[in-house]
Amino acid sequence: MSLGKLLERILQLVPVLLGVSLIVFVMMALTPGDPVQIMIGDQSITPEQEAELRRGLGLDRPLVERFFVFIGNAVQFDFGTSFYHRRPVGEVIAERLPATIELSLVALIVALVTAIPLGVLAAIKKNSIFDRLATVGSLLGVSLPGFWFGILLLMLFAVHLQILPVSGRIGFSSEVPTVTGFLLIDTLLAGNLRAFGDACRHILLPAITLGLPMTAILMRVTRTSMLEVLRQDYVTFADAKGLSRRRVLFRHALKNALIPTVSVAAIETGSLLGGNMIVETVFGWPGLGRLVVESIFLRNYPLVQAAVLFYAVTYVLLNFVADILYTVLNPRVKL
Amino acid sequence: MSLTETTPQTHAADSLFRRNLAMFAANRLAMASAVVVVLFVVMAIFAPWIAPHDPNETDLFRRLQPPGWAPGGEWAYLLGCDALGRDILSRIIYGARISIFIGLAVIVVATMIGILAGLASGYLRGWVDVVISRIVDILLGFPYLIFAIGLMAMMGPGLWNIILALAYKEWVIPARVVRGETLATRELEYVEAARALGASRWHIMLREILPNILSPVIVVSTIRMAHVIILEASLSFLGLGVQPPTASWGSMVADGRAFILEAWWVSTFPGLAILLLVLAINVASQGLRDAFDPRFAE
Repeated sequence: MSLGKLLERILQLVPVLLGVSLIVFVMMALTPGDPVQIMIGDQSITPEQEAELRRGLGLDRPLVERFFVFIGNAVQFDFGTSFYHRRPVGEVIAERLPATIELSLVALIVALVTAIPLGVLAAIKKNSIFDRLATVGSLLGVSLPGFWFGILLLMLFAVHLQILPVSGRIGFSSEVPTVTGFLLIDTLLAGNLRAFGDACRHILLPAITLGLPMTAILMRVTRTSMLEVLRQDYVTFADAKGLSRRRVLFRHALKNALIPTVSVAAIETGSLLGGNMIVETVFGWPGLGRLVVESIFLRNYPLVQAAVLFYAVTYVLLNFVADILYTVLNPRVKL
Repeated sequence: MSLTETTPQTHAADSLFRRNLAMFAANRLAMASAVVVVLFVVMAIFAPWIAPHDPNETDLFRRLQPPGWAPGGEWAYLLGCDALGRDILSRIIYGARISIFIGLAVIVVATMIGILAGLASGYLRGWVDVVISRIVDILLGFPYLIFAIGLMAMMGPGLWNIILALAYKEWVIPARVVRGETLATRELEYVEAARALGASRWHIMLREILPNILSPVIVVSTIRMAHVIILEASLSFLGLGVQPPTASWGSMVADGRAFILEAWWVSTFPGLAILLLVLAINVASQGLRDAFDPRFAE
């Protein structure tokens, strides 16, 4: 792909990002309830103080001007003050973000590690019992409501078998100093293997719950693309040359069959963002998703606005990366 | 020939539709799933006659009463009772109304808007296409659940607000399908012929193109309905859906979350209802897709 084409695609992102920001801004501007009144709460202040507060927040300016101020501030990661935390929104989000990223990455790994072997096996053993079970499994995977599946896992592994924890990221006794914010890394940096094991036990059920729909989709994609590749002439040729079946499958077929899987995985990583809110709520995971849900009920609108914008921008960028990745991996496709 | 007369094109589409329908009927798993969906719809419509108890009637003496077959249970309360002593089976039966009504309403509203936008975008081209395509791109820039949560935060919970919050983004899916199909169809001879006969743009879009591209739209809408039902349940689970005491499956699962230690049935059965309905819709819609869109048949 030429640099010109890449620049063209990057430029096409600008109107989308602006449109996304406009929608987020309008969403919150039209939200019922005066932000100043919400901030004041039960405190009694004079009308002059109220007017001053309104001026300070820029709420006395016209809507169009406020939008451009919002964009200008957003570019500098300035999203105002969280009403509830009485601290800058960017700071509160930054605190919660590592937990969400860590959970999403582990869910992605769980999905890839499960889906690819199962999809390949289903394709190799087409129409076998295993293939049919895999098909049923993938249908169940996309039909299971994530919040319910999470609760079922909790009931089984945390309540009945009592082998995994119910909620949180790590036990109190295993806490380690924060370096990166990613507990799986911080525990290793601290050289505390027991704490690392504890963090792994905490993340397992949320990651499986979050990764399940993605596993189901990726398994289907891998199976379909593997079947397609196995029908290609070059695979027949490799077979005819007398190469071992294992070599044909893993060296020749799988490499090409994984192109759509990688591309779909990149797109589906964006959908993990939405699933995060549900999974973090079910498992008491202290990430951004749970913070957003809590903030909605606290009417903490600056935080909701910033988080929705953050999610949307990340989603747009992930889709962009998926597009580019697909083109790079598959030179027959042009942007 | 008058433009409103039935053309050979319409006859061909009609017989193709019947052939596809016969192909769908031959798929036993898809048909069985369609029957399950119909049973859920019947259950929702006749809820007041089918439900054994009033879904909102509380009885603290029956608080967290186990299912009928378990020790301490009563057959009159087959699936047990929740923390307020309400009959879970009756609430599931009434909850079907919310899930199915919202699913259908969102899909109908979104499909109608999507068809109009997609037809206009694909047939009129020019600035109409540019504007609609940009709006579609921007809305696709939001993860679905987050967009819906943002809107629900803005509008507040409630039945009509959920329908609006989900339909605001859902229409882009049929719009994209219709646009693509319209782009391919607008250059065909029969559309050219209608244009040559002086038919208006709206006549060509709605009477000539639409009937011939409806199959993929119906298939996509059916597949999307399962997704919408899960989204509605997710919003209700988060407390942003239909408000208590109205029974909705998502909020019933959420209610039971606090009692998983002592009363597994409170969350389990409503979740099972969601799974059954969504699974049945998914299998039936796959059958529809295989029958109506041969590109997908394996």
